[in-house]
Amino acid sequence: MQAPVLEVTDLVKEFGSVRPVDGISFELKRGEILGLLGANGAGKTTAINMILGIVTPTAGSIRVFGKDLAKERIAILRRMSFCSTYTQLPGNLRVWQNLTVFGKIYRVPNLKKRIDEVLELLEILHLKDRVSGNLSAGESTRLNLCKALLNKPELLLLDEPTASLDPDIADKVRKVTKRIREEDGTSILYTSHNMRDVEEVCDRVVFMHQGKILFVGTAAEILSHFREESLESLFIRVARGGEVEAATDPQPVSRDQ
Amino acid sequence: MTFSTIHALVLRNLYLYSRTPVRLVELVFWPLVDLLVWGYLTVFLQKHTGDGFPYQITFLIGAVILWDILFRAQQGVALYFLEDVWSRNLLNVFSAPVTNADYLASTYVIGFLRAAVTSVLLSVLAIVLYSFNLFELNWSLVPFVFNLLLFGWSLGMISTALIVRWGPAAETLAWAVPFFIQPFAAVYYPIDALPPAIRWIAELIPCAHVFEGMRDGLKDGSISWLDLGKATGLNVIYLILAGMLFVRMMKTARERGLLTKFVSQ
Repeated sequence: MQAPVLEVTDLVKEFGSVRPVDGISFELKRGEILGLLGANGAGKTTAINMILGIVTPTAGSIRVFGKDLAKERIAILRRMSFCSTYTQLPGNLRVWQNLTVFGKIYRVPNLKKRIDEVLELLEILHLKDRVSGNLSAGESTRLNLCKALLNKPELLLLDEPTASLDPDIADKVRKVTKRIREEDGTSILYTSHNMRDVEEVCDRVVFMHQGKILFVGTAAEILSHFREESLESLFIRVARGGEVEAATDPQPVSRDQ
Repeated sequence: MTFSTIHALVLRNLYLYSRTPVRLVELVFWPLVDLLVWGYLTVFLQKHTGDGFPYQITFLIGAVILWDILFRAQQGVALYFLEDVWSRNLLNVFSAPVTNADYLASTYVIGFLRAAVTSVLLSVLAIVLYSFNLFELNWSLVPFVFNLLLFGWSLGMISTALIVRWGPAAETLAWAVPFFIQPFAAVYYPIDALPPAIRWIAELIPCAHVFEGMRDGLKDGSISWLDLGKATGLNVIYLILAGMLFVRMMKTARERGLLTKFVSQ
């Protein structure tokens, strides 16, 4: 059996008296798309930032490709990538210039060809010479995704990639996400507030609330466990607080084995 | 440290300058204003003091040029980080395989290029406008200028470390830090001009010895090895301390999640 691409074990983050991530453990298998779902403040982004090495965990461990992130961060980062709605590429640079810079950082071979490939994949090849700051929100998100795909990452972290996108572009992003998993075997950790994203794209979901994992499983397993009809109604119920345990079986929080 | 990563980060800044020529104004405009003001003041003083004109005053124009080398080197390092903050690119850079050493090395290159552009421009203008040739100091200029670059990089690292620690609200430190030390740096006047009680501060500032040494060089063409030695020794200490501070602040930033705040603010 193949070792998981990402192993998060008893991960804790404390900022003073606040504990945004409180002892979470989960695994991401090779070629899997794992959703990280939860309301604002659930701890998703803090968890992602710890997996990227931007935030240091207070306790617990993160292993990527079987290596300890704390000890081999740079070697690990070469094989993974990140795309977030909340970051941008320098707006003054042209699209190809931004991609050239990151392609060189990731030591992408045949960079010019690869830039054309990712731009074509995201259907923005015609924008190659445009100034990045003049792109629409949808185009800008797709450019970010192009940056993230340049190095053909084995592990891709997508932080709310469809936030603020219109349904057409969001659909394209979802399709590309599934396509790169199918064609390249990329493992993807996918955070989203969009229930449709999660149901359509993710193989399994890590459901987080107030820094803890409530459940890990497929969307169907989660709905069955919490006796809800849709992830959206469960999401609202959890976000409004306090009723989850009363409405579910009094069994320990499930964790994927 | 990886050459390709440093190259990429330098390239990013070169693209930035080529795409936004208005940024070059900053490299040209303020130094030019300084040169004109101090240059014409020197001309005025020369006219009114005749043959008794002290050599230190001749050096005012040189001091303007050399201070700008230090300032541009510091700015190259400090503004480099802020460019990533302003463009909301910081997390893209720090989530990429970029080490602290790669990042700092690329800021040094940018700081050097900025200082080179400004110093060449001002040196040529000083010859044309005031017949002041900084290169009369010959080869003694090179190690002194190199020491200014080193101190500029140290100040840049300190500025960036403080901005990392205190967040976007501390951006103004990118411009302010060099001026904290300027009164004690003996740029336009010798250390002796300072009150005796605070001369020890000047003794601890590398660029004070650079400016002292270069004034001596202008007087009799000699190289002040003592000043050069003091400046170099202090610079080594400051570079190590500034590097340690930068690494320490980056570690603190990762522990406290400070880097992510630059994105959310």
